Amino acid sequence: MESALGLHRLHFAFTVTYHYLFPQLTMGLAPLIVIFKSLALWKGGLDPGDNRYNRAARFWGKIFAINFFFGVITGIPMEFQFGTNWAKFSQYSGGVIATALAMEGVFAFFLESSFLGIFLFGEKRFGQKIHFLSALMVFLGSWISGFFIIVTDAWMQHPVGFEIGPDGTAHLQSFWALLGNEWALWQYVHNMGGAVITGSFAMAATGAFYLLSGRQVEYGRLFLRVGVVVAAIASVLQLFPSGDGHGQLIAKYQQPTLAAMEGLFNSEAGAGIVLVGQPDTDRQKLDNPIHVPGALSFLTYRRWESVVKGLNDFPRDQWPDNIALLYYSYHIMVGLGTIFIAIMVLAALLLWRRKLYDARWMLWILMLSFPFPYIANTAGWITAEVGRQPWVVYGLMRTANGFSSNVSAGNSLFTLLGFMGMYSLLSILFLLLLWRELMHGPAFLNGEGHPAAAGTSVLPKTAEG
Amino acid sequence: METLWFILVALMLVAYVVLDGFDLGVGIVAPLVARGHGERRLVLRSIGPVWDGNEVWLLAAGGALYFAFPLLYASSFSGFYLPLMMVLWLLMLRGIGLELRSHVDDPLAWSAFDFVFSLASLLLAIFFGAAIGNVVRGVPLGADGYFFEALWTDFRVGPHPGILDWYTVLTGVLALVALAVHGANYLAVKTEGEIQARSRRVSAGGWIALVALTVLSLVATLSIRPRVLENFETYPWGWIIPLIVVGALAAMPLYRRQGKDRHAFLASTAYLVGMLGGAAFALYPTLLTASTDPSYSLTIHNAKTGAYSLRVGLIWWSLGMVLAIGYFTFLYRSFRGKVALGEDHGY
Repeated sequence: MESALGLHRLHFAFTVTYHYLFPQLTMGLAPLIVIFKSLALWKGGLDPGDNRYNRAARFWGKIFAINFFFGVITGIPMEFQFGTNWAKFSQYSGGVIATALAMEGVFAFFLESSFLGIFLFGEKRFGQKIHFLSALMVFLGSWISGFFIIVTDAWMQHPVGFEIGPDGTAHLQSFWALLGNEWALWQYVHNMGGAVITGSFAMAATGAFYLLSGRQVEYGRLFLRVGVVVAAIASVLQLFPSGDGHGQLIAKYQQPTLAAMEGLFNSEAGAGIVLVGQPDTDRQKLDNPIHVPGALSFLTYRRWESVVKGLNDFPRDQWPDNIALLYYSYHIMVGLGTIFIAIMVLAALLLWRRKLYDARWMLWILMLSFPFPYIANTAGWITAEVGRQPWVVYGLMRTANGFSSNVSAGNSLFTLLGFMGMYSLLSILFLLLLWRELMHGPAFLNGEGHPAAAGTSVLPKTAEG
Repeated sequence: METLWFILVALMLVAYVVLDGFDLGVGIVAPLVARGHGERRLVLRSIGPVWDGNEVWLLAAGGALYFAFPLLYASSFSGFYLPLMMVLWLLMLRGIGLELRSHVDDPLAWSAFDFVFSLASLLLAIFFGAAIGNVVRGVPLGADGYFFEALWTDFRVGPHPGILDWYTVLTGVLALVALAVHGANYLAVKTEGEIQARSRRVSAGGWIALVALTVLSLVATLSIRPRVLENFETYPWGWIIPLIVVGALAAMPLYRRQGKDRHAFLASTAYLVGMLGGAAFALYPTLLTASTDPSYSLTIHNAKTGAYSLRVGLIWWSLGMVLAIGYFTFLYRSFRGKVALGEDHGY
């Protein structure tokens, strides 16, 4: 039983981590594409011959489409896996979370798939206003989709708006409490901020790449401008208020999680924040720590000398079951987030002083930085999900009681291996496609939106034609 | 209320089968009707714009099923673990074969993508048919509402069957032929010349098999599950469903002979609606039949979610559907008739 549980957890962790590589970019790029379309509408009014912003929107639309396609085909398994691998959890919480999941299908998927077709193939046919509208709708659709997923996860982190029915499962009691869960709101802001960071870093990195390699220079500058400005704003907001706000909730509702994230074994007054150090869970101490004294108490309770509870103040069966992983993923997220602020504020400063395009050292940093938001977002999600342990629904259902006990460990491993093989293939195809678009560049894209180069041809069309 | 949701979920599933059914069907018949790269491309183009939107119906229907009947979702998805995972892989492979083909300029890769796409479409049709067969035949539910089925045991229909036995293989083949005919009819609407002529021939040949298999599967169903007739006795208006099926089967060759491809396509649509509607009608109020002990069956009463959820759900579901239908109407009207002028005649 033990190993079946472990395999089901690994199964979900693997497929969801891989899946989220794609939506974080599409959700992050969607508002940036809207920015380009807005600039095109605005500047196009001043100078009708200026087609740069539309080309930029088309180019990123293609990158978006490739990622969207991979997001869709890796996302379908997620909706299945609640039932296939986590049947007991699904049965227990379906009365609540299925509302959010079904709403995602009805409100987001139809919206996205319909308007992406118009966006990719309808620019000439429908003109710029409809094209702008379709970009806006795709943006809305992807962000609505994200919201319902966050609502689902937030309910697992901090269950609200439910009652336990006579059959022992959770039943929805208040629709609005579910959607307005304070955890969901903070988590949503923080998560979407993370997506925008991924999107804007990718854009800035592409711009830097074009400038450094001397191709598509005009677009390189445009991508740098938009990418750096958005990334600088998003990186700062990610720390405060959204990261801080999210942290406050953990301090309030998941105290053992907070202690484990910080590697705090014993309660302390004026607890410091650990910048570096390795937790030793057996001896319950932190090796080689470098502290900022008092900072944890201040950040958590806004007072330097407050007592922060350590893990030893909680029963052992309330501890997250992988403290080291939780500790590291949290520290990687925060550490990278801090570096993001430093890089992007500096780059924005250079941009403002009109020195960025010639500062090759900075362009190198920007170009090489694009993978790190992916790592930070992934680490953030590991923090959230490992931090929730040992619960699958915090305080209500333990993870060990949530998996499909009718599916054996062997069957779970069989399909996990299958997914690993399949996703290796997908990775190769994805990189090939993306590289092709990147080399192609935006300069020669006309409004045809030739389907041959787009990742998903969801051109809508009547069945009878 | 739960009856209403039973109908809504069934409607969404039917919408999925009708819509994704024709693009699956196109994948199945593509090797028969299209020769060479140009024709293949044309055939793929006829579904390229719509397949993704069609597949969204599967997700939306799955979401609605989980919402309305959480226990059914938990029980059936874990019980059908292996075939569902294979369906996921097939859906992925099919998407890859369909979408990435146009990204490479290499005849070898084209044939590989074509092969993957058609094989995945064919297997998906069989899997979906076998799935319906499993639901009608029943699965070895325990008292806790759960079960696990191996892919096959001894191919007999007993209290502890596998996913595949002679009955579900039969329904799988029936689905394969039904969707192939549906897809061929669709292609006849969307193409001209040689491809159209071949599509009509495939549809004509498939029709004979379809009639034979439909009769065979009805007889088989009645022999293993005589209870499917109970609802027809309770609600005699239900006999309209077999009439639809018979009418659709009769109409298909008539329309095809008159060259009315669009009507033939509507007839195969009506056939699918009739068959699935009939299955849903016969099952009601059972959702998943127990082959072990009838009292273990999952019904709309023991699998439903809370009453409040169902009530609130009706509001947002209707709102969402109105919006969705709005998008589709807007799109369909905007793109009607004028798409890809001067290009291939695909669309």
